Amino acid sequence: MSGPDEPAVPNASESPAGLAVADLAAAQEQGLAGFEAATTLDALAAARTGHLGDRSPLARARKAIGSLPGPQKADAGKRVNAVAGALQAVYDRRRGELERERDERVLVEEAVDVTVVPSRPLGGRHPLTTLSERVVDVFVAMGWELAEGPELEHEWFNFDALNFLPDHPARQMQDTLFVEPEGSGLLLRTHTSPVQVRSMLDRRPPIHVVCPGRVYRADALDATHSPVFAQVEGLCIDEGITMAHLRGTLDHLASALFDEGSGEGLTTRIRPNYFPFTEPSAEIDLQCFACRGASAVEGAEPCRVCSSEGWIEWGGCGMVNPAVLVAGGIDPERYSGFAFGMGLDRALMFRHGITDIRDFYEGDQRFTLALGREA
Amino acid sequence: MRVPVSWLRSLVPGLTAPAEEIAGALVRLGLEVEQVHRVGHDISGVVVGEVLDVEELTGYKKPVRFCHVSVAPAGAPSRIHEVVCGATNFAPGDRVAFATPGAVLPGDFRIATRQTYGRTSDGMICSGAELGASEESGGILVLAPDAPLGADVVELLALRDEVLDIAVTPDRGYQLSVRGVARETATAFGLPLADPALAEAPAPDAGGHPVVLAAADCDRFVARVVHGFDPTATSPAWLQRRLLLAGMRPVSLAVDVTNAVMLELGQPLHAYDRAALSGAIVVREAEPGERLRTLDGQERTLAGGELLITDDSGPIGLAGVMGGGPTEITATTTEILLEAAHFSPTSIARTARRHRLPSEASRRYERGVDPALPSAAAEAAVRLLVELGGATAGAVTDLGTSAAAPVLALPLDAAGRLAGRDYAPDVVRRRLEDVGCAVTGTDPLQVVPPSWRPDLTGTAELIEEVLRLEGYDTIPVVLPRAPAGRGLTPQQRLRRTASRALAATGLVEVVLPPFVTPEVLDVLGGGMQAPRLLNPLSAQEALLRPTLLPGLLGAAVRNVSRGLPDVAIFETGHVFIGAGTSVPAPGVSGPPTPEQRAELDAALPRQPRHVGVVLAGRRASWQAAISAVADLGLALGLVVEPRAVAHGPFHPGRSAELLLGGRRVGVAGELHPRVIAALGLPARSCAAEANLDLLVETAAAAGPPPAPLVSHFPPANVDIAVVVDEVVPAADVEAALRDGAGPLLEAIALFDVYTGPQVGPGRRSLAYALRLRAPDRTLTDADVLAARDAAVAEAGRRTGAALRS
Ligand SMILES: [Zn+2]
Repeated sequence: MSGPDEPAVPNASESPAGLAVADLAAAQEQGLAGFEAATTLDALAAARTGHLGDRSPLARARKAIGSLPGPQKADAGKRVNAVAGALQAVYDRRRGELERERDERVLVEEAVDVTVVPSRPLGGRHPLTTLSERVVDVFVAMGWELAEGPELEHEWFNFDALNFLPDHPARQMQDTLFVEPEGSGLLLRTHTSPVQVRSMLDRRPPIHVVCPGRVYRADALDATHSPVFAQVEGLCIDEGITMAHLRGTLDHLASALFDEGSGEGLTTRIRPNYFPFTEPSAEIDLQCFACRGASAVEGAEPCRVCSSEGWIEWGGCGMVNPAVLVAGGIDPERYSGFAFGMGLDRALMFRHGITDIRDFYEGDQRFTLALGREA
Repeated sequence: MRVPVSWLRSLVPGLTAPAEEIAGALVRLGLEVEQVHRVGHDISGVVVGEVLDVEELTGYKKPVRFCHVSVAPAGAPSRIHEVVCGATNFAPGDRVAFATPGAVLPGDFRIATRQTYGRTSDGMICSGAELGASEESGGILVLAPDAPLGADVVELLALRDEVLDIAVTPDRGYQLSVRGVARETATAFGLPLADPALAEAPAPDAGGHPVVLAAADCDRFVARVVHGFDPTATSPAWLQRRLLLAGMRPVSLAVDVTNAVMLELGQPLHAYDRAALSGAIVVREAEPGERLRTLDGQERTLAGGELLITDDSGPIGLAGVMGGGPTEITATTTEILLEAAHFSPTSIARTARRHRLPSEASRRYERGVDPALPSAAAEAAVRLLVELGGATAGAVTDLGTSAAAPVLALPLDAAGRLAGRDYAPDVVRRRLEDVGCAVTGTDPLQVVPPSWRPDLTGTAELIEEVLRLEGYDTIPVVLPRAPAGRGLTPQQRLRRTASRALAATGLVEVVLPPFVTPEVLDVLGGGMQAPRLLNPLSAQEALLRPTLLPGLLGAAVRNVSRGLPDVAIFETGHVFIGAGTSVPAPGVSGPPTPEQRAELDAALPRQPRHVGVVLAGRRASWQAAISAVADLGLALGLVVEPRAVAHGPFHPGRSAELLLGGRRVGVAGELHPRVIAALGLPARSCAAEANLDLLVETAAAAGPPPAPLVSHFPPANVDIAVVVDEVVPAADVEAALRDGAGPLLEAIALFDVYTGPQVGPGRRSLAYALRLRAPDRTLTDADVLAARDAAVAEAGRRTGAALRS
């Protein structure tokens, strides 16, 4: 093999080919120049073959040592080795440099547009599910139980036991969806209160249960009405339970759900109202979590969450009517209790600014994905 | 109930607070004041006019009149306007409210001269609604004939007022009267009430109109004869105005008087043309099939049991709901019989509901009318007919008595014990007296509720009155302490796990109404028995879902139609299977017996919770549908295995039933092309449905799993490829390999399926990777070979598998 880097052998008179001092010096110099001149690993490998390979001048010189007389062999060997060592060191250094360059170049070449990220299709849970779990967690943390019951109910649980007298207008207040056979009293529950009745029958006081679930009314679907919606109710029965306990529980729930991290707490207020199953009965208003009531003052910044009322209508509550305790098998002389209920859809609507209740029940993936984050 | 504030003030002398303040005070006492209407404050230029002549314009789709209206007082220079009008309830000579050009009506509606229907219209004849005096337009407002021409109508009718619009809860019938609201107002402001129900009526006499009470649901009936009524007499402006502001339309003096007394006192009254009556009035229950033409002109067939007012001619009125046509007051009536009665609330409620006839009277009766009122109310009406209609009071009939109010014993501290704060004894007593109770005794108090509060039936109701009048805001705020709890049940925890696991695999949760059509169930294969609604919102969607698929498939179509072609949704929820049965409802005087309870529960259709999944577009694959449930099973610690089966809505070759320990828990796969076409789904849409309750119960019953043997010895990996008939399920081959390999097998996975010339037609090659490991030693080649041979042998025995050469 002969290449551009193959050195000429100028000094052959005194020593065998290539072993002359000048020859070795030339081999070393040319080798060094060849290695330094290599700018790629491939070129460096070629230079190595030329200057350190089997057919390089140095290799030929090493072979020529054998033809020298004995006493000169050792000396010539030393000189050849010295040159080979020097060349190898330069080669190693140069290879290290070129490898680092290559590695760095590869990193540059492998650069990508990090903004192009194909996303794995995301799942998500419906906001009614996550809110329901949050409410339940607030109560479970206080030692309450989660109680459940059927959605298709008998009117004894949905009305009779809750002190809705037959033919009383209150029974018509709740537009009920009835189920065949006619006259069977089967219906889709109009509230989760039948679960309270079942809880009273299944447990002995003290009773502390929270009951979330789907409920139904014969309301045609529009922006503010849905025949199916979600509610959560709570029932607390023990000796000595008072309306003060009801207020305490409502304030705690309000703060736990809507006081997002401020730590100041939120209050509720109750206004007299009528429900057959509670006496006294009240409406629950939630202090506006957005303006905390500040918008209700004349001249203040208006608030979209509460329409500058300062309060948001939240649900209903009251002290359990003694007639309900009796139907539930609980002695009203010994025990008293409170109950409350509120719409979960409604809570989500004012919390997130949802304006159309239909969005909850149309199964549009965008709705869940936007609101269904765990919290 | 619309309560004009001026009317309220007339019953609460000394009430000077502005309307908004009155509304606020009533809200704090629990009255639901929905709105305070301001009436007449933005009206100008409306004067009394007289219609001179009426020309009916023809050739238009609706009646159009062209009239001349004079607005000049007598003796003043003539001021005649021509005007086009669309109403027809007036005649030449009538005095009307006329908006002259330049007038302003509510809503900044400015009246100007304009051309219409080919004529000049130089003003407008106003209805009550256009003057903001009533809710609905009942045509033109015809004024009293003595209304002075040219007078300002707002002044004349004293239209400037505020009206409280109050939503009355079902227990508080007394609030359907100005009197009832006035009592609350007087309490709120600490003022005396001028009770309008104190008019003393003359004693009944022998000459009264004969009345027979033949039904238990009527316990009081007052009938008053009025002679010599002037049928041409009209309601004075103040009376018309009160009715208009309260949302009723003036009709005629006799009818207006009965309505005004009803609004003020809450006692419905009915006026009969006495000349049209024949014989005694009998109050009785209807026989099935009896007929009656009511005031609204409807001919009604009675179901039987409705409370009726009858005379010798038959039914003349649906008691407490609506009078009959033939005996109503007419333009020539001079002899009037006034009825003021008390009927059972439930009877009236039933009748009004059955005949879909909610009336001002029935709304009051079904909430409970003061049974002590009939006599005073009739007297008030008679006095007005005498005063305004030139009549003379005739004989009095007064039958029946109302049941005595109960005496309730209220321990003095009961209110405080329920509220969680103390109330002074005199506060309790005073608050009960404020609502009209008679209070005697010391402790317990002996409380007799007033006749107008039939809702005060027990101590709880009395306590509510004390608490609400003292203010709910004075009740302290105390968090109750529950016994230490156990948290959620295992089932409840597992259901949360399931929901999270489904979302974690990329599925989007939806919540859908459970109403489905019979047609969609037929499309899905039929054979499902679903409960049927008696009063569905839509006649089509009359069934309750026995499967989650109809709703999910509908939602998938909706997503696609909204430009979201890739659908991956799930729902968990109750399905309804089978039909319910009728069982008698137990009473409520105590809890149901265990037998009654069991009977009630057995009457309900089964309602298991299901989980359903639908995949469409790029998310759809039969494998993904099956894994959705299989992965859910894994998240719950369960192994759910597919087995090929042709099932209703699914592609017969691309669907599976899902087995849990050999028991079927669900189905999954690609939908049948027929279903896809019928429902308009994207091609190759897939679905899965499983019984979530069964999965959760099985997982909950499984108990804590045993610890795995985590061997630290090296594994031996061995691949096995076998050739089987194409129809042999891979799952069967895998099960055989697993069983054959024995206890050394740690894991097995299918990694290649090959069909083609190398294995021949009708055959396929299945390649499995097995990981073998021993708990106590490093495996030898001999161990591995033995396990491999045993696995292949077992697969060969069960499935005919041969080692691929
Ligand atoms: Zn606000």
